[in-house]
Amino acid sequence: MSSPHRVLPGFRLSLGFTWAYVGLLVLIPLSSLVLKTVSLSWPQFWDTVTAPRALAAYRLSFLASFAAALINVVFGLLVAWVLVRYRFPGRSLVESLVDLPFALPTAVAGLTLTTLFSAKGWYGQHLEALGLKVAYSSLGVAVALTFIGLPFVVRTVQPVLEDIDADVEEAAATLGATPWQTFSRVLFPAVLPALLSGFTLAFARALGEYGSVVFISGNMPMRTEIVPLLIVTKLEQYDYAGATAIAVVMLVASFLLLLVVNLLQRWSHRRLETRPGT
Amino acid sequence: MSVVVEQVTRRFSPGGSPAVSDVSFHAPTGAITSLLGPSGAGKSTLLRLIAGLEAPDAGRVHIDGVDCTRQPVQQRGVGVVFQSYALFRHMTVRENIAFGLEVRRLPRAETEARVDEMLRLVQLEALGHRYPGQLSGGQRQRVAFARALAIRPRVLLLDEPFGALDTRVREELREWLHALHSRTGLTTLLVTHDQEEALEISQHVVVMSEGRVAQAGAPEDIYNHPASPFVASFIGGASVLRGRVQAGKAEVGSLALDVPAAAREGEAVHAFVRPHDIKLARHEVSTPGPQPVTGRVARLKAVGGFVKVLLALPSGDEITVQVSRSEFDALGLTEGDAVRADVLSASVFVGDYAI
Repeated sequence: MSSPHRVLPGFRLSLGFTWAYVGLLVLIPLSSLVLKTVSLSWPQFWDTVTAPRALAAYRLSFLASFAAALINVVFGLLVAWVLVRYRFPGRSLVESLVDLPFALPTAVAGLTLTTLFSAKGWYGQHLEALGLKVAYSSLGVAVALTFIGLPFVVRTVQPVLEDIDADVEEAAATLGATPWQTFSRVLFPAVLPALLSGFTLAFARALGEYGSVVFISGNMPMRTEIVPLLIVTKLEQYDYAGATAIAVVMLVASFLLLLVVNLLQRWSHRRLETRPGT
Repeated sequence: MSVVVEQVTRRFSPGGSPAVSDVSFHAPTGAITSLLGPSGAGKSTLLRLIAGLEAPDAGRVHIDGVDCTRQPVQQRGVGVVFQSYALFRHMTVRENIAFGLEVRRLPRAETEARVDEMLRLVQLEALGHRYPGQLSGGQRQRVAFARALAIRPRVLLLDEPFGALDTRVREELREWLHALHSRTGLTTLLVTHDQEEALEISQHVVVMSEGRVAQAGAPEDIYNHPASPFVASFIGGASVLRGRVQAGKAEVGSLALDVPAAAREGEAVHAFVRPHDIKLARHEVSTPGPQPVTGRVARLKAVGGFVKVLLALPSGDEITVQVSRSEFDALGLTEGDAVRADVLSASVFVGDYAI
């Protein structure tokens, strides 16, 4: 535990504080969650977490979150690109709109989306005519999760795009690259690490999202019930052990996923971040 | 593979003053041509117009006798080196150099051979597998050169290529560029604000000011015969002396200099004197010599092998004189001393001088 010399003192103090803070705020609550599950016997635990209703909920939660994060990666990159590269009237308005899903209480977002996508809503009536049912379906879950995930991708990709000089694109063009080649071979690989972390953040946020989804999904067990809702349902039935068992499964799954993406990121970062040795 | 620019104009905002205004010049085949000027002179914009990164509002650009004004940048066959290096950070040195060949779908074996050839040319054989982030500034810029040369361009366009490097590396790379050019014989256009760089390595210099060509010619011609007050003041660190035409001569302080033919009696004139075109002597030693000026030493600046002497003249003008260290020691000058200055040569222009 040697501390390098820095202008600001207090390495030991701040490290101690960091441990205490993270411990109190994250580690202890999470371990008490695991401890609570121990009150279940192993067969009980296994039955709870592999009940058909739970499996359906995992499936919906992970698939819808994955789809939402994927959609956000594509369109978030586009939005970030436009915000970084172009100056247009209303740009600062778009900038603030992007952050709105951060600030809006998710229940409000859920209500709004439900109204829009319900059979009589502005969007819903046209989509229904096309045979697409969004509100009260798994599609609606994905829509809500896409809405809340957008800022994560835009805000992680934006600074990286800002960092890429227009010179680099111009250099590619002078070397004979078409616009598509410039994008796919020069720009995309450069923003890929940021895009991955944007994806992770959006995905993680979507997994834990509750407020906006409960309104639009209709909460039908086996069909449109997400995991956080299943947990709440179990809590309302005083089945604390069951609720925590499912929570633990979510916790482990999310942790593994974040770990994988972090490793991926570190691998792609290492190539960019190296500086000449001193 | 000459480059000819004809009456090219480019303005960035409608109604605004043009960045490049009615510029015509010719960059001879196989030579290094410098576009020299202060920042904002439009030289980079001109280079971008030649590269095809900008489109002119008027005028034409010919490369190798063919009009390519409307040709997209990808097809112009120009190699461009940017001040910022503009390397692809996620690619190794080899991948950077191979990029232009791969997008052209050159056969793999040929690409590899060309990359090896380029690495040898820029003397980076051992660093092919590094990433740009692992190289020094000078090495990065050499990779940028190799990448630009790998596509066998018809002309090489360099936009302040050494601008971001420190003095020593800059001078090394200048030598290196000179050697590289004598080996490749590629028609080269070099944008720079560094007159030393331009005068040292180019065979042709185009001096630009406020979007226009101020003077074009061989480096010696521009240095010895500046065509305008701007060129005279921009090149060679000259001091300005103000005066009037009297009896057919320019009376500048106590000097009488030859005036341009068009000068009328009594008209205001100004003369540019280069720091090394003045010979200093102690005032009390009166030797017969041409056109003496007396002044007082206002400040001394020792810069390595020579000393810059700032002289305050009675007229209120100040001139900078460059003296070698040995000459300076022989004179034994200190601040406040009165000295006489013999002007060996000066460029005289009619009119009042305004910066």
